[in-house]
Amino acid sequence: MALVRFHHIHKRFGPLEVLRGISVDILEGQRTAILGPNGSGKTTLIKTLLGMVIPDRGEVLFKGQSVIGKYLYRQEMVYMPQIAIFPHNLTVKELIALVPRLRRQPAHPDPLIERFEVHHFLEKRMNELSGGMKQKVNLVLAFMFDVPLLILDEPTNGLDPIATIELKKLMEEETHKGKTIIFSSHLMEFVQHMAQRIVFLLEGHIYFEGTIEALLHSTETASVEAAVAQLMKQSHAQTQPA
Amino acid sequence: MNRIAAYVIRDLLRSRWTIAYLLFYLIVGYAVLFLSGDISRSLVTFLQIVLILTPLIGSIFGVMYYYTSRDFMELLLAQPMPRRSIFLGQWMGVGVSLGFSLLVGLGIPFLTYGALYEADKGPFILLLALGVALGFIFTGIALITGLITDNRIKGFGASLMIWLLLAVIYDGIFLILLMQFRDYPLEKFALIATLLNPIDLSRVILLLQLDISALLGYTGAVFQQFLGTQTGVLVAAGMLTLWLLLPAALIRRLARKRDF
Repeated sequence: MALVRFHHIHKRFGPLEVLRGISVDILEGQRTAILGPNGSGKTTLIKTLLGMVIPDRGEVLFKGQSVIGKYLYRQEMVYMPQIAIFPHNLTVKELIALVPRLRRQPAHPDPLIERFEVHHFLEKRMNELSGGMKQKVNLVLAFMFDVPLLILDEPTNGLDPIATIELKKLMEEETHKGKTIIFSSHLMEFVQHMAQRIVFLLEGHIYFEGTIEALLHSTETASVEAAVAQLMKQSHAQTQPA
Repeated sequence: MNRIAAYVIRDLLRSRWTIAYLLFYLIVGYAVLFLSGDISRSLVTFLQIVLILTPLIGSIFGVMYYYTSRDFMELLLAQPMPRRSIFLGQWMGVGVSLGFSLLVGLGIPFLTYGALYEADKGPFILLLALGVALGFIFTGIALITGLITDNRIKGFGASLMIWLLLAVIYDGIFLILLMQFRDYPLEKFALIATLLNPIDLSRVILLLQLDISALLGYTGAVFQQFLGTQTGVLVAAGMLTLWLLLPAALIRRLARKRDF
């Protein structure tokens, strides 16, 4: 069943047409990776679901309801942005307490604080943390809510191998509980391991949508990395005059 | 909105800049009051400082805060809150923090002086209130420039230009026009021109209250002549309130339509 439905989404920023009639369903209980080269419209697509970008045309449906112009539906999703920049003068502890207050939702940060070893720097201010530490805080903020949809933009950014392994386990645990995860990543090995479905965007169009097996089969490759390279080559060949 | 404002205040009250701004007022407050010894002359000095500085700091701080919190705003926008709450809350938070610096920074010297000597407290309270209002107005304008452009340099420049225009250039142009057209009746023009500038408005409100006619200047005199002191103050205060509502309306409108 589709938890999220993008229906003929068009979005233009000035002269640049970023999304050109995107239609895709995000299936409930699955981990879907949104892939594509820089500027292909991945983040813009995700942001239309979050209400941060307003599409010029088309509809975004969450549980069958249009989300455009609304905000309460976001109680059922969390977003982990790509760049973890937080208010400089707040401590980690304060920030972890702040977000549930803003959302008016209960949170369970303690197991995650333990798991990602955030307790070592709970009392530190955000501007005293390294990139990796900030990303761990970012993960705690995203996973501490019990919501049906998690949207993770480049969740592995800056993480050490131990934390990356924990993140993988955590993502698997969440989908076992029936949750849906949409994520983007530049690490194809991570995508191959974690994604159940793939949406490949190129120049504002959907170039491929389906399971990993279907992707490997259709491109006759053995890895997601090779498959993505193949898709990009194909598109390049199509756009070049013979 | 309040939840956002509360966190902004908590963040800003620990910022080095807020503390430096507070200390500046504290030092200037004590220096001016106790070195000059003359209460009404001190008040006029404070008026000049507050009229120039609160809008300037509001402009700089407002735009700086908007751009530095731009990335965190992405996280806020993804929460189940309406956009207007986020941006009006941010405005409120920055305005309150700057107001706090002014109230404490100048308030403590005023209270100390009031405890030691006989002095009319009214004008001091009014001055602080006007300073807080100006801080809010210019922080609001700064936030609007931020919402209009993602280019930090343009946003910063526009915000400073608006301050420069209203704090400095406006009076210059105004004076030139008055000189050039002195053969014509200019009272209404002067009245309207003053109403359209929040800094001039604040000056007129305080000077009318103080009843220092020598310092009222042309616009103050026109106000007094046309509207009388009481009505003049009421009209000016009403207009200043409009100046506070205008950024609120614009912030709501811009926040609704924008992409982030």
